[in-house]
Amino acid sequence: MSTLTTNYLTPTGREEAWRFTPLNRLQGLHDLSITIADHPSLHCDEMPIGVTISSQPSLETPPSSSTDDVAALKARSASSTVTVLAIAPDAVINTPIFLKRESLGQISEASRVVIRAGNHSKATVVVENAGSAILSEDVEIILEPGASLTFITLQEWENDAIHLGRHHAIIGKDATFTSIVVTIGGSLVRLLPTVEYAGPGSSAEMLGLYFAGAGQHLEHRIHVDHNVGHAKSRVNYKGALSGESARTVWIGDVFIRAAAEATDTYELNRNLLLSDGARADSVPNLEIETGDIVGAGHASTTGRFDDEQLFYLQSRGIPEAEAKRLVIRGFFLEILSKIGIEAIEERIMGRIDNELSSVVIG
Amino acid sequence: MSTLDIKNLQVAVETEEGSKQILRGVDLTINSGETHAIMGPNGSGKSTLAYSIAGHPKYTITGGSVTLDGVDVLAMSVDERAKAGLFLAMQYPVEVPGVSVSNFLRTSVTAIRGEAPKVRTWVGEVKEAMAALSMDPAFAERNVNEGFSGGEKKRHEILQMELLKPKIAILDETDSGLDVDALRVVSEGVNRIKESNDLGIMLITHYTRILRYIQPDFVHVFSAGRIVEAGGPELANKLEENGYAEYVTA
Repeated sequence: MSTLTTNYLTPTGREEAWRFTPLNRLQGLHDLSITIADHPSLHCDEMPIGVTISSQPSLETPPSSSTDDVAALKARSASSTVTVLAIAPDAVINTPIFLKRESLGQISEASRVVIRAGNHSKATVVVENAGSAILSEDVEIILEPGASLTFITLQEWENDAIHLGRHHAIIGKDATFTSIVVTIGGSLVRLLPTVEYAGPGSSAEMLGLYFAGAGQHLEHRIHVDHNVGHAKSRVNYKGALSGESARTVWIGDVFIRAAAEATDTYELNRNLLLSDGARADSVPNLEIETGDIVGAGHASTTGRFDDEQLFYLQSRGIPEAEAKRLVIRGFFLEILSKIGIEAIEERIMGRIDNELSSVVIG
Repeated sequence: MSTLDIKNLQVAVETEEGSKQILRGVDLTINSGETHAIMGPNGSGKSTLAYSIAGHPKYTITGGSVTLDGVDVLAMSVDERAKAGLFLAMQYPVEVPGVSVSNFLRTSVTAIRGEAPKVRTWVGEVKEAMAALSMDPAFAERNVNEGFSGGEKKRHEILQMELLKPKIAILDETDSGLDVDALRVVSEGVNRIKESNDLGIMLITHYTRILRYIQPDFVHVFSAGRIVEAGGPELANKLEENGYAEYVTA
């Protein structure tokens, strides 16, 4: 803790990175003067051949990336152990690897996770978060050259959960990273899906789906660091909000460094406001230090239901509430269908339907 | 036998400059099996008539009445109007991302018929209706109107009409954006549905071209928000020759 406190300060809420976050609800996860517990909270039912999971002393597995996120730094420093998931080189794992966290309880906990995808391996890792929790995590995902990894995190927390997380991928040469973030549960969730590149020919697709109900604060801060040339990124996050004080924050920072020639990037965020009293912030940032790129763009829209879509469906006999449900299901399907695991897609759609049933008339 | 009765219909739309009157007293009666062509210059209020009857929220009814078999249409919600037997084939059908045509059709037919169609017969029913409109079966898996060509959108509208079996259909510029082949396929579809269902049709068009394929029983000239002349099919021939000039007065 000593090095932390000398170099970093507890956020006050005035910092750019924290200005949207209600710090008083964080149960001290961001507060450098408060100690939090170390909890190796991820577990798995079975591991396929070619995949190993182990708990290792943090000191023997130092972080592979740097960060200035105080909560992630605090989680690192509080974690004496790190959960390491390793996918063997050349292993092609056709069934998803499920990691779970359930009902961590009411004490503040830190978790460090490292996922290492070996050369030319191919796998899908799913982290399922459910129950109550006060959790701060630092996840590092390392894709070795040619690896292909889909990393899915499902935040299906109970309504009292507090969850801060940094999910940082380092994408090797010719490697392909897909991240799918689904955030539906939790009182306050603040995630940092971030990527950097370790070689050319690499690509990242970062997808997200969130639905904030009354009182929920769901924040996603994407950062794509195009630090090498000939790399690609696509970001597409879609969110819906309904209910009093439903709040979402989406930050999309894409940084194209001078060395990153032939970068190809596009980011998109769309929000649907389903009721009064909800607020969505959407801030795309594109910073370009080289003109020698393939493409760079961003788009952000926040709006209510499209009256013309609803009229079209209703004019075919479909009642208003069902028309709205169809439109919202359609809105999310683009992201949801990328999960590719039917049971999960149906479960998430079911949760969205549940959220809708309470709000859709209005 | 059904009757759509429009009496002295007056409709306004809210604009930035305030309320603007579009329809200024429309009188029209359409019975089952009759085809009424509504013809008129752009901006005369033809589409407003169509959308007002269907219940688009943009339009405010300021006077008059619309009844279907004596029941007040204007008091119904949009979906209730469809359930009562009204259908609007739109000039610009709306894209609904993420909703497949098959899901949309099934949801719509379930709502209109009041029960889900039997799985065994439903697939065949849709296939047959699509084949009759020369539509590729793969069409059913695409998202509603998303990336459809003009011709595909109009065929999709007529496909819905075939499956929903309305009593009275309003076709709003169904001919616009269609090449001759597509116009023929779509017109044949309309004629077929009319034959089998004794459909009453309000056919809104700017051009006489579609009337070569769909024979009107009555032709009404629409100008400045009302019907200014009515006649038989011969009136269309006169419009073909002389245009709308004599009806558009300053």
